Amino acid sequence: MTSNIRYKSRIPVKTEDSMEEKQYVGFATLPNQVHRKSVKKGFDFTLMVAGESGMGKSTLVNSLFLTDLYKDRKLLNAEERINQTVEIIKHTVDIEEKGVKLKLTIVDTPGFGDAVNNNECWKPITDYIDQQFEQYFRDESGLNRKNIQDNRVHCCLYFIPPFGHGLRPVDVEFMKALHEKVNIIPLIAKADCLTPNEIKKLKDRIREEIDKFGIKVYQFPECDSDEDEEFKQLDKELKECTPFAVIGSNTVVEARGQRVRGRLYPWGIVEVENQSHCDFVKLRNMLIRSHMHDLKDVTCDVHYENYRAQCIQEMTSKLAQDNRMESPIPILPLSTPDVETEKLIKMKDEELKRMQEMLNKMQQQMHDKEQ
Amino acid sequence: MAATDANEDKRNLELGGHVGFDSLPDQLVSKSVAAGFCFNILCVGETGIGKSTLMNTLFNTTFENEEAGHFESVVQLLPQMYDLQESNVKLKLTVVHTVGFGDQINKESSYKPILDYVDAQFERYLEEELKIKRYLLNYHDTRIHICLYFIAPTGHSLKSLDLVTMKKLDSKVNIIPVIAKADTVSKSELDKLKIKIMSELVSNGVQIYQFPTEDEAVAEINSSMNAHLPFAVVGSADDVKVGNKMVKARLYPWGSVQVENENHCDFVKLREMLLRVNMEDLRDQTHARHYELYRRCKLEEMGFKDTDPDSQSFSLQETYEAKRKEFIVELQRKEEEMRQLFVNKVKETEAELKEKEKELHERFEQLKRLHQDEKKNLEEKRRELEEEMNSFNRRKVAAETLMGQALQGCSQQPFKKDKDKKNFFSLPSACSLTSGRNLN
Repeated sequence: MTSNIRYKSRIPVKTEDSMEEKQYVGFATLPNQVHRKSVKKGFDFTLMVAGESGMGKSTLVNSLFLTDLYKDRKLLNAEERINQTVEIIKHTVDIEEKGVKLKLTIVDTPGFGDAVNNNECWKPITDYIDQQFEQYFRDESGLNRKNIQDNRVHCCLYFIPPFGHGLRPVDVEFMKALHEKVNIIPLIAKADCLTPNEIKKLKDRIREEIDKFGIKVYQFPECDSDEDEEFKQLDKELKECTPFAVIGSNTVVEARGQRVRGRLYPWGIVEVENQSHCDFVKLRNMLIRSHMHDLKDVTCDVHYENYRAQCIQEMTSKLAQDNRMESPIPILPLSTPDVETEKLIKMKDEELKRMQEMLNKMQQQMHDKEQ
Repeated sequence: MAATDANEDKRNLELGGHVGFDSLPDQLVSKSVAAGFCFNILCVGETGIGKSTLMNTLFNTTFENEEAGHFESVVQLLPQMYDLQESNVKLKLTVVHTVGFGDQINKESSYKPILDYVDAQFERYLEEELKIKRYLLNYHDTRIHICLYFIAPTGHSLKSLDLVTMKKLDSKVNIIPVIAKADTVSKSELDKLKIKIMSELVSNGVQIYQFPTEDEAVAEINSSMNAHLPFAVVGSADDVKVGNKMVKARLYPWGSVQVENENHCDFVKLREMLLRVNMEDLRDQTHARHYELYRRCKLEEMGFKDTDPDSQSFSLQETYEAKRKEFIVELQRKEEEMRQLFVNKVKETEAELKEKEKELHERFEQLKRLHQDEKKNLEEKRRELEEEMNSFNRRKVAAETLMGQALQGCSQQPFKKDKDKKNFFSLPSACSLTSGRNLN
């Protein structure tokens, strides 16, 4: 995968030619300055993993970030899970690579889809996401904005079980409840139980059903037209490969003379990082190496702005309802009156006009009579 | 008159030579083979978990099965019957699949259709057994002999739905749990998973089918197999070339999983246990244990007892008669009740109607009176008016006569001076004026 780190910290060299041909201003170093500053500031990323119990979510997260996030986990028995409710658990780690610091938050959703009655089991998750948006909204509108903590969820990996023929009702409902709040990336979990043909069939089926149900999953941005052909080809392949069929592993095995992350079976060894075995590498590159920032941007520019606009609209309509005549110093300016109130006003105006006319007529009549 | 036993104790006699009744089992076998066997399998598991594929692999054939979708709103059971033959043994196989199991968001009533189906088969058999004229020999036995419960290999433990369903079914059918799609579980994980599943089943009191260990011929193999439960199976309908043989396997980029390789999965064990060793025992258990339990519960529900309070055994016939009489009495009583109810209602309605009639009558009377009063008033007013008119007429006549008299008086007088002319002319005009005014 071509590296997308194009701007390395280097000082541009002025050549003699440039001094004679054109005056060198120097703002070409801007990308480098941005790079330096961002390295100093550090990055943060919040990733949510959702799916039924036993899909391999924790294993995949461990494989992705090459750490062991879930040390002492308590797994519930089947009996205890009959009436389980969904919890939200956050794990935060600080990891560093080549001087770049990343504060990684993994939001786990144990209990999703595990109970016998899973009605609205995604509600705690949507509430959590809304809460984070609300908190950021409040911080943003506050007076002291120096240290805003961004806890908004940037990406949600949804694990689809490979044992079925496609999406199940609970998958569809979950994704529809969340697709306008967070970037959803659907994954086919435990892909080592599917032969290559079956994987292809399942992917096609899932893509079809996502279109059919109108689920808006995260779309990779179109690459610029001035990118090189190789990059464009890779990008196209990436887009055709969704949803990614992934395998995760917590163990390191010996394969072909190397020590790799993999799963040992009596009939062979599945290597997690082998592109012909699964799409793990593609997922990792997409998630971490090329599109992490784009995920953050889409969250800020699209999902958060949608939430904010909706919030403000609700607030102004409430204000309009509460006090029609005069409101005390409004916190936010009333930009446009509600459609509803406008209609009411119009109706009342018409009524008034009618009454006025009738009054005039009656006065006229009386006048005539007197004469 | 009942026969008396010659001697109360049973004696063992020694045979002097070969009699030949040791061929009895063979006679039984040839009879059963001629009649053909019946076997009914119920496959319970999520959509897409591999039920049809496993059946195809087990029986080495292709049963036609449509791929089901995930969006069924209720669980349905689809039975399909096949006639198979191997050497000279005929088998009527019924395979029942659950369609839509585990797909709904609310799975609280997912187990009900399965339970209802199993009970329905028992009911059918019971009805046949209780008939007066019955054909048990030719009866096609549809009772479920074995339920294969497919557990999804999530790697941790049973799902809550699995536990609930197995608990409901364990007293009705023989359950053998299998771990489906076992090629996704590595060996170490598999051992842990099996132990976890069995412990969960035991701790929740789920009774799965145990292979019988009484018969010495099969005791050893059965007890060792019992330790391997639940079987981790892989199914495949495709033939793959491995080495120089064509075997049933699944081909992956990292290797091929051979279905009949005991190191790869427990398919061979399942086939052995299910088909080759314990099939007859499964049928036996279904009839002797599960069906008898069902029958007992059902008949007790209907009110039958084996012994009455005096410890004398009832015959079915007497109980039937007693029940029928009870029923008829009950029916009559209900009829009486309904009739009474009806009569009461009619009486009530009649009373209501009568009251209403009275009311109407009263109102009519009232109105009539009012009418009459008004009429009287009007009459009075008319009379008054007439009187006024009369008095006015009289006054008019009086006034006219007065005028006439005045006129006559004027004409009889001689011509007076001219100053009287004025009066002469003014008087009639005055009269006419007044008369005119009066008329006005």
